[in-house]
Amino acid sequence: MTKFSGFSILKHAFTGHKNWTAQWPESQPKDEYDVVIVGAGGHGLGAAYYLAKEHGITNVAVVDKGWIGGGNTGRNTTIIRSNYLYDESARLFDHAVDLWQGLSQELNYNVMYSNRGVLMLAHTVHDIQSFKRHIHANRLNGVDNQWLTTEECKAFCPPLNTSPTARYPVLGGALQKRAGTARHDAVAWGYARAAASRGVDIIQNCAVTTIRRNSNGSVAGVETEKGFIKAKKVVVSAAGHTSGIMQTAGINLPLESYPLQAFVSEPIKPIFPCVVMSNAVHAYISQSDKGELVIGSGTDQYTSYSQRGGLPLIEHTVAAISEVFPTFNRMRMLRKWGGIVDVTPDRSAIVSKTPVQGLYVNCGWGTGGFKATPGAAHTLAWTVAKDEPHPINAPFSMERFRTGRLIDEAAAAAVAH
Amino acid sequence: MLLIPCPYCAETLPEVEFAYAGEAHVVRPSDPSLMSDEEWENYLFIRTNAKGTHFERWRHIHGCGRFFNVVRDTVSDKIYMAYKAGEPKPKIDALLEKQR
Ligand SMILES: Cc1cc2nc3c(=O)[nH]c(=O)nc-3n(C[C@H](O)[C@H](O)[C@H](O)COP(=O)(O)OP(=O)(O)OC[C@H]3O[C@@H](n4cnc5c(N)ncnc54)[C@H](O)[C@@H]3O)c2cc1C
Ligand SMILES: [Zn+2]
Repeated sequence: MTKFSGFSILKHAFTGHKNWTAQWPESQPKDEYDVVIVGAGGHGLGAAYYLAKEHGITNVAVVDKGWIGGGNTGRNTTIIRSNYLYDESARLFDHAVDLWQGLSQELNYNVMYSNRGVLMLAHTVHDIQSFKRHIHANRLNGVDNQWLTTEECKAFCPPLNTSPTARYPVLGGALQKRAGTARHDAVAWGYARAAASRGVDIIQNCAVTTIRRNSNGSVAGVETEKGFIKAKKVVVSAAGHTSGIMQTAGINLPLESYPLQAFVSEPIKPIFPCVVMSNAVHAYISQSDKGELVIGSGTDQYTSYSQRGGLPLIEHTVAAISEVFPTFNRMRMLRKWGGIVDVTPDRSAIVSKTPVQGLYVNCGWGTGGFKATPGAAHTLAWTVAKDEPHPINAPFSMERFRTGRLIDEAAAAAVAH
Repeated sequence: MLLIPCPYCAETLPEVEFAYAGEAHVVRPSDPSLMSDEEWENYLFIRTNAKGTHFERWRHIHGCGRFFNVVRDTVSDKIYMAYKAGEPKPKIDALLEKQR
């Protein structure tokens, strides 16, 4: 693997950038691995990287039905923040945000993490009260989050419409400064490259059809489009498709899969310095480095695998954005797409051992798992290597739906991302 | 946008008139206290999340206000049929045959 540096870029400039080589090899499955990871999103690739780097387990394959990062990792709006209400979530997401800070250096790959700040707007007295409660809870957990007045919101984000006669007046906002965005594709590619350089096989265009079990019930491996792959351990990290794959191992998960859409505008000069979210109007927006406004909102109301999503959501989202940012109301939207997100009843993820020996699952990240990528992957690798929960992911076990020990971020925040 | 047939109004109308209400035919147990934790978990939280034919409840909130059931393919989003609440689950094979 060629190491990226200012010097290497300069050197390649002299030869017209014609001599760059592939960053990782295209692998075909071997007969057997210590660990097979199903799903080459950021979470699966990251777990492979940390298995190799931190636990010395390198006989690993990451298998994807399509191309790496072609699932929700490559489809999301890249909002990263950790100001969740509950202690368990704050710990998990803040662990991720800690890892985001140094991820480009760690992977020698520019994931363009930008802590430009995420501002959540308060439009009602109820918003003000619940956001302030959030801010206090976050601070007690050592998670940065601060209250901004209307004027401070306007100063932080000039395109904001703070007119008192607005339909949804901005009464203030909660700002997490350390929060921000990263380049989604680069996260998949950076983890893939770093994992491959430590010996991990990355296998694309190879759908897993069934998880096979031994006669004693433990995991035997996976049936794929390219034949059977034997494995001591299998990790399923396939976002919206996880429940179907796990059903083949006899495990029913509390997941439902919904389409979630996003879209981008034509590119414009830098106008939008941060990320803004609004629960009340339900939309969020940021500007990519290419200049496009990146816009999203909530899922469709019905479960679906259509990876498209319905028109009512688009209409709603555009209306909401035009209301809060009237200056954008004549922007043209260039592209829109959908991803299939796996939603749990309490809107918190599942990172867990399973009743099947040697089978692990990472799912339920729903509409908000991009931000967790390094933290989820890091603690998942630990769980797989040691066959026990990591202190940070322990509360996110699948047993909680039986014991009732839910992590009810759904009720706490009603925020999608 | 889905076009949904309401079996009570006998009209096919745009999705925005309706609210999705989750998987159909999930029956509330008559005596939860007799159930094991696993059975209660299954009732409360576990759903088929079918990729393909899905039986689901909808409510015509901006119309007659009533709940009913729909059979939809969750890959193509094609709606096969709708039927009134309380009617038995239709035999899907016969239904698919008829559609062909
Ligand atoms: C429109 C949209 C906006 C979002 N916005 C945000 C946001 O702003 N912030 C945030 O934090 N999160 C956001 N999310 C959520 C976030 O994208 C996901 O939670 C996260 O990317 C999940 O990563 P993953 O690696 O678990 O899954 P994925 O990246 O989806 O990877 C799963 C992989 O599994 C593969 N797979 C599926 N079935 C099989 C099979 N049978 N065999 C082999 N491989 C299989 C898929 O091809 C896919 O590549 C958004 C999601 C969407 C769709
Ligand atoms: Zn009706």
